[in-house]
Amino acid sequence: MDIFITLTVNGLATGLLLFMMACGLSIIFGMMGIMNFAHGVFFLIGAYTSTWIYSITGNFAIAMLAGMAVGAAVGWLTEITIIRPVYKNPIGQILITLGAFIVINELIKIIWGPNVIPSPTPDLLQGEISILGASISIYRIFIIVFSFFVALVVHLALTRTRLGMIVRAGVENSEMVNILGVNVRRVFALVFILGTGLAALGGTMIGPTLGQIGPFLSSQYLLLGFIVVVIGGMGSFIGSMIAGIIVGLANNYIIWLYPPAALPLNIILMSVILLVKPSGLLGIKEAA
Amino acid sequence: MLLKIRGLQAFIGQFHILQGVDLDVQEGEIVVLLGRNGSGKTTTLRCIMGLVPSSEIEYAGNNIAGLPPYKIANKGISLVPEDQGIFSTLTVAENMRVAMRGSVKKGQKSLDFIMSVFPDLKLAWHHKAGGLSGGQKQMLAIARGLINENKLIMLDEPSKGLAPVLVNELGRVLQEIKSYTSVLLVEQNFAFSKKIGDKFSILSDGKTVMAGNMADLIKDVDAQLKYLGVSTK
Repeated sequence: MDIFITLTVNGLATGLLLFMMACGLSIIFGMMGIMNFAHGVFFLIGAYTSTWIYSITGNFAIAMLAGMAVGAAVGWLTEITIIRPVYKNPIGQILITLGAFIVINELIKIIWGPNVIPSPTPDLLQGEISILGASISIYRIFIIVFSFFVALVVHLALTRTRLGMIVRAGVENSEMVNILGVNVRRVFALVFILGTGLAALGGTMIGPTLGQIGPFLSSQYLLLGFIVVVIGGMGSFIGSMIAGIIVGLANNYIIWLYPPAALPLNIILMSVILLVKPSGLLGIKEAA
Repeated sequence: MLLKIRGLQAFIGQFHILQGVDLDVQEGEIVVLLGRNGSGKTTTLRCIMGLVPSSEIEYAGNNIAGLPPYKIANKGISLVPEDQGIFSTLTVAENMRVAMRGSVKKGQKSLDFIMSVFPDLKLAWHHKAGGLSGGQKQMLAIARGLINENKLIMLDEPSKGLAPVLVNELGRVLQEIKSYTSVLLVEQNFAFSKKIGDKFSILSDGKTVMAGNMADLIKDVDAQLKYLGVSTK
């Protein structure tokens, strides 16, 4: 029983980080049909920036904020220089975002080195508490609470503000939003910045769960992010949250039971869900 | 003249869709664009809205061709497309909110007016638009087009899917708003067109072949047969 609780909490924490990574990916795809292969590097930028800033300041809140800000700033630059010229060119989008992924990843290796660097748990969030006999790391509880809080804020923004409604409407039919007098491109640029910022924010929290960070995280989380987007449904915010939690939990359980099954499990999960519902759990568009 | 188009040309891919459309819309009138399927009526509306690149389009004295659709919309033109373009995952209320260019407060008066015309929308106000019936979706699409104070509203087959009583109601509304919002209507339903149209323009193979006062077309049974394939006896 206690191992089950531990695995569940760890799975929730992993799942919510995946969700932070995937929700931007999902909405960017839903709104403009752009598969952003570069998305994984924003996660990585968040991880490195926060680890670095934390090592200097010793303040984890500042480190997280900095990670998110740098991620969003690079996202903004990426949107202007790389995404904007290929709005109507799907093949170009795949090539250029994949290229950006490689270039930014290598730049990170130049700045912080190709090897893993340690990422300690912040002092305030160290230690464990006991729940029903299981010892649970306080840091993971922090990830869960904080991620739910971020999800709630984004959800409220999407449902209660006109801008949020425009984003949701744009996922369904961006031409009609344009006809109604809204500059869809500008809204999309904003979504891109926020989406990359959220991925970076997710990245800022990954380090202490592993004790170290390395350049491999970007491709690892990009792959998982895509799986989450497909399972949750393209363009669905809630879908990516549910899918993130499913993938996170399933991975943590299976790794404890039989580690080599972890990757096949993700593929099987995705296949089964697509067989039952081709548009993903809460998707309105079928995966192209 | 609110809208003045001469010899409009437009391509979609390699296809030369519009090969000389002339169209005049004056303030305060309802112009009906007629013609068989595939004659270029919808494309003409899409050109005006900026969705299809085209040659010159003069609106309120300025050329608007080449502007992005959102800028054209903000100049006071709205389009209710044939496929309605409803946001099905949003509620009726949210659909209206996205369409409102100004504040909620400013839109309240038009909203009250629209609700009095289409009380069904009020009943379904907080429901997802995807669950509406075909007719209700059409009402919502028209309502979105009417919510802002536009100078020109373009409706593509608005009577499609509406019950006859609502078609009459729609006709009444268009008559009522035309004093401040000119109407450009694409309509297959000739009985409806001739009742509410002031002027007409007939397209055939992407060209304007006839235009004038609706009263004259009503008398001209030969033209009706030739270009529209309808006879109203």
